[in-house]
Amino acid sequence: MMSKYLIGKAIVALWLTLIIIAGFAMPMVPSPQQWFELPVIPVLEEKARIIFFHVPMAWTTVVAFFASMIYGMLYLKTKNMDYDLRSVSAAGLGTMFCILATITGSIWAKFNWGSFWNWDPRETSIFVLLLIYGAYFALRSSLDVEEKRATLSAVYSIIAGVTAPFFIFVMPRIMTGLHPGAKGDEGGSTPVAQLHMPANMRVVFFASLIGFTLLYFWMFSLKVRSARLEFKSQKL
Amino acid sequence: MHSSTRGGRSPLAHYDSIFKTYYHQNLECGPAKLYLEDALKSLFVPAYYIFLKDSRSELRTRYALNALFMFVVTALSIILFSLGSEAVSSDVLSGILWVVIFFSSMSGLSRTFVSEEERGTVATLQLLTRPTPVYVGKLIFNFFLTLSLNVVISLLYLLLINNFVIQSPAIFWTTIVLGSAAIASASTIIAAIIAKANTKGTLYPVLSFPIMLPLLMTVMNATRLATEGAFFAEALGEFQILISYTVVITTASIVLFEYVWKD
Repeated sequence: MMSKYLIGKAIVALWLTLIIIAGFAMPMVPSPQQWFELPVIPVLEEKARIIFFHVPMAWTTVVAFFASMIYGMLYLKTKNMDYDLRSVSAAGLGTMFCILATITGSIWAKFNWGSFWNWDPRETSIFVLLLIYGAYFALRSSLDVEEKRATLSAVYSIIAGVTAPFFIFVMPRIMTGLHPGAKGDEGGSTPVAQLHMPANMRVVFFASLIGFTLLYFWMFSLKVRSARLEFKSQKL
Repeated sequence: MHSSTRGGRSPLAHYDSIFKTYYHQNLECGPAKLYLEDALKSLFVPAYYIFLKDSRSELRTRYALNALFMFVVTALSIILFSLGSEAVSSDVLSGILWVVIFFSSMSGLSRTFVSEEERGTVATLQLLTRPTPVYVGKLIFNFFLTLSLNVVISLLYLLLINNFVIQSPAIFWTTIVLGSAAIASASTIIAAIIAKANTKGTLYPVLSFPIMLPLLMTVMNATRLATEGAFFAEALGEFQILISYTVVITTASIVLFEYVWKD
């Protein structure tokens, strides 16, 4: 049991270390020759490296949100308290990744778009996601009975989940925005931004997506186990 | 029952007289003849009586209506004072209109469920009918409350604010009707949730705002189109979003309401 977690932990740590080294250290040259050289993107230049870290964070936020919603559904179906522990753990991690994605994006926006916050559709969406997480925890803290708290927060996360497509797909289409894939973008407006990246950059990017997802699952398993212990100790 | 000590008709007797008609009809049918018509009847007949009960108790006390009307007047006069003689663009004005509508909905629409909790009549309703008709009845009541509220707000707004001129009334009034339906569908399920929580009043806008934001952005956009004098066809995309939003939220609410309602 213990060794399984240890191996998993080691893989995640090694994987993310490699991603961080690759993300920061791969040189950017005007005309790449070697496999490790990235092209210089006009205007963005070194700032383009954010894609290896910021996008996976935002992706993990969405994964955590849907994990929380699905565990909420399973709780409603089975009334097993363990699913509520998982749901709240996923929501907690989602909040953390959401804050990280917002902060990294905001700092980057200051240097690339000129101000910390521009109310671009994707910025609006992540802001709303933060509000949903905030509302979720505000609701939980105002309910005393465990079963009631688990049920109502699950219902709320499902209601919030069914409105998510309206943000992810509809809102960026209506407003013009600064992110890739927004209305008015040369590459065409698509629900998921099209990737105009050279092959090696794409490899690092997807490896980073996988790495952050694995990191999420590792933190999730830690958080669920500690939540179970806390739940047990409250019962004693 | 503790309710009999309150004087006048007890709530139990009140509900009993309302539901008697429906239940006697249903008993004569028998379970063997439950066709689609009966299934619809068993949903909409009790829902209609829930709607009737809420409207009657609202019209008798005018608790929400009076408070809401004064809320609207207060909000509009604050806007008038703050605008002064400033010429504000119709973009901003169509945004402010929906700010007023959002906050008046937030102060009035939670009452349908909160009052049941406060009066202790939840158990009575649970005994008398299944969860879905309760939700549908409350939704219809909230829809009519929101619609009448929004019509009043819009008329006062058009009357009081000179810069706010609607070029295409068809778009504007369709937005008001569809927007009311969307607001009612989202706020009814949130009201059911917060009725069980400790901090009802503050929690309601907090929980509703992230859910309602796509809807608010859409209605603001549609209102802007109405002030610019766009053709009806140009606003069709907005109306499609509003309709799909209402359908999605109502469907999810009907499925989930059972879990909220049952203790």
